[in-house]
Amino acid sequence: MGYNWHWGIYFDKIKGGEETYLSWLITGFGWTVAISLCSWIIALVLGGLIGTVRTTPRRWAVRLGDAWVELFRNIPLLVQFFLWFFVVPELLPEKLSLWVKQEMPAKEFITATVCLGLFTSARIAEQVRAGILSLPRGQRLAGLAMGFTLPQTYRYVLLPMACRIILPPLTSEFMNVFKNSSVAFAIGVLELTFQARQMQEDSEQGIETYLAVTVLYFICAFVANRMMVWIENRTRVPGYITAAK
Amino acid sequence: MKFWSRLSLLLVAGWLAATPAFAEELTGTLKKVKETGTITMGIRESSYPLSYLDDKQQPIGYHIDICNRIVDAVRRELKMPVIRVQHQPVTSQNRIPLVTNGTVDLECGSTTNNEARAKQVAFVDTTFVTNVRMAVKKKSGITSLSQLGGKPVATTSGTTSVQLMRANEKAKGIDFKEVYGKDHADSFLLLETDRAVAFVMDDNLLAGLIATSKNPQDYAIVGEVLNVEPIAIMIRRDDPAFKKLADDTVRGLMKSGDINKLYAKWFMSPIPPKNVSMNFPMSDTLKELIKNPSDAPAEAFNKKK
Repeated sequence: MGYNWHWGIYFDKIKGGEETYLSWLITGFGWTVAISLCSWIIALVLGGLIGTVRTTPRRWAVRLGDAWVELFRNIPLLVQFFLWFFVVPELLPEKLSLWVKQEMPAKEFITATVCLGLFTSARIAEQVRAGILSLPRGQRLAGLAMGFTLPQTYRYVLLPMACRIILPPLTSEFMNVFKNSSVAFAIGVLELTFQARQMQEDSEQGIETYLAVTVLYFICAFVANRMMVWIENRTRVPGYITAAK
Repeated sequence: MKFWSRLSLLLVAGWLAATPAFAEELTGTLKKVKETGTITMGIRESSYPLSYLDDKQQPIGYHIDICNRIVDAVRRELKMPVIRVQHQPVTSQNRIPLVTNGTVDLECGSTTNNEARAKQVAFVDTTFVTNVRMAVKKKSGITSLSQLGGKPVATTSGTTSVQLMRANEKAKGIDFKEVYGKDHADSFLLLETDRAVAFVMDDNLLAGLIATSKNPQDYAIVGEVLNVEPIAIMIRRDDPAFKKLADDTVRGLMKSGDINKLYAKWFMSPIPPKNVSMNFPMSDTLKELIKNPSDAPAEAFNKKK
């Protein structure tokens, strides 16, 4: 039953406008990359911090870290987007709330970045904790016995090794950030998935649209993967977690 | 374009004249129904009052009633008193693929007939006309598009309203901030929570959302008509026998005046599930179309601008 193919659709002009569909996809791609990279930075900083804190002897800090991880890990990502976008501004004082809702520049982008950053930070925190705990207990004790303070033990002994161990799962996480950013269409960020839906509705060439989008997401994730592998190779300590070479 | 459509019409007419009625092999959808004994209706879950689910999760609505008449006509045509009707819920994203790939035979929802879609599917004669306008909160005092400069305006992503907002923005030199809801309920929430000062959408959908909202008296539908959109039942392309049968059924309803009764039942009287009336009188464009049925796309209605 006939689907009407039209491969030139990317270079056709959109309805009631001058741009081409390709320029839509490119802007969407730009936002996807921007959200992903910004939230990845938030996630690395917060996740690293919280994951580390969860392995210290400070009981209250461990509890706080656990609570953080459980909170962000146990709520579906889509629900978190809605909570940040629709619920959080209602809790602010009325003037500020109205400003956030109507005036704040790039509010969808900021909401999406913060939300995705915090969600991913919980997952990274868990990996950092696992990395540190996987080191033999003797390393921590040796560090302390050398006269290092606790922060120094982390800085010079534990973290450098733990970070190398968790690079492979971090790679997956970095790729996930790109893919998870697609959920942000639900709060109206003009990213790739959003543009794909618009283009499909505008042009009625669904198969061509989603093929192009699939390729773009694949490129994102693949480049992320190659970058992480490069870092992994550069930081490898000879004789430690050796890969066959 | 015109020439080719005329020519193909002539060819179809010639082919119909040359073949003795009903003696010919069945084709397309009719053949499929004859072989399987089943026809699949595409339905919407919340396109009030054209096609939606009642409190028993059964599809009801103005277009469902019309589609049931078309199915009756298929039964008569094929001389099959028993044809099973299957209901397949569709969304604005998947309705066209589901029709083209053969999952849905007859889409009874709220689909705008426009030229881009006509490349993939065909439409039965227009049975409803909607005007694209905006809903606002009464206390905002907004009555026209020109008051929206610099303000956030909501619409639903993946709908024709998005294109209209763009075109109007350009034509009038007004620069408003577009905000997008993922579906109509979401977009209305944007208006309800003051994230947007106006929500641009088909006026019948706006009326439905307002009628079922918490405080219907707070909202009004205002402003100029941005676009006139013919809404029609959707079928597969290149299926002249089925299209003719469906068109004839719709034209029969229009000629006998039954369509006015159906309209009054769904748009002017209380309807389930809340027993609220939409209070949505028939537009002049639709009255005109009932006199002269047509399957012209939206572009034909908005050329004058």
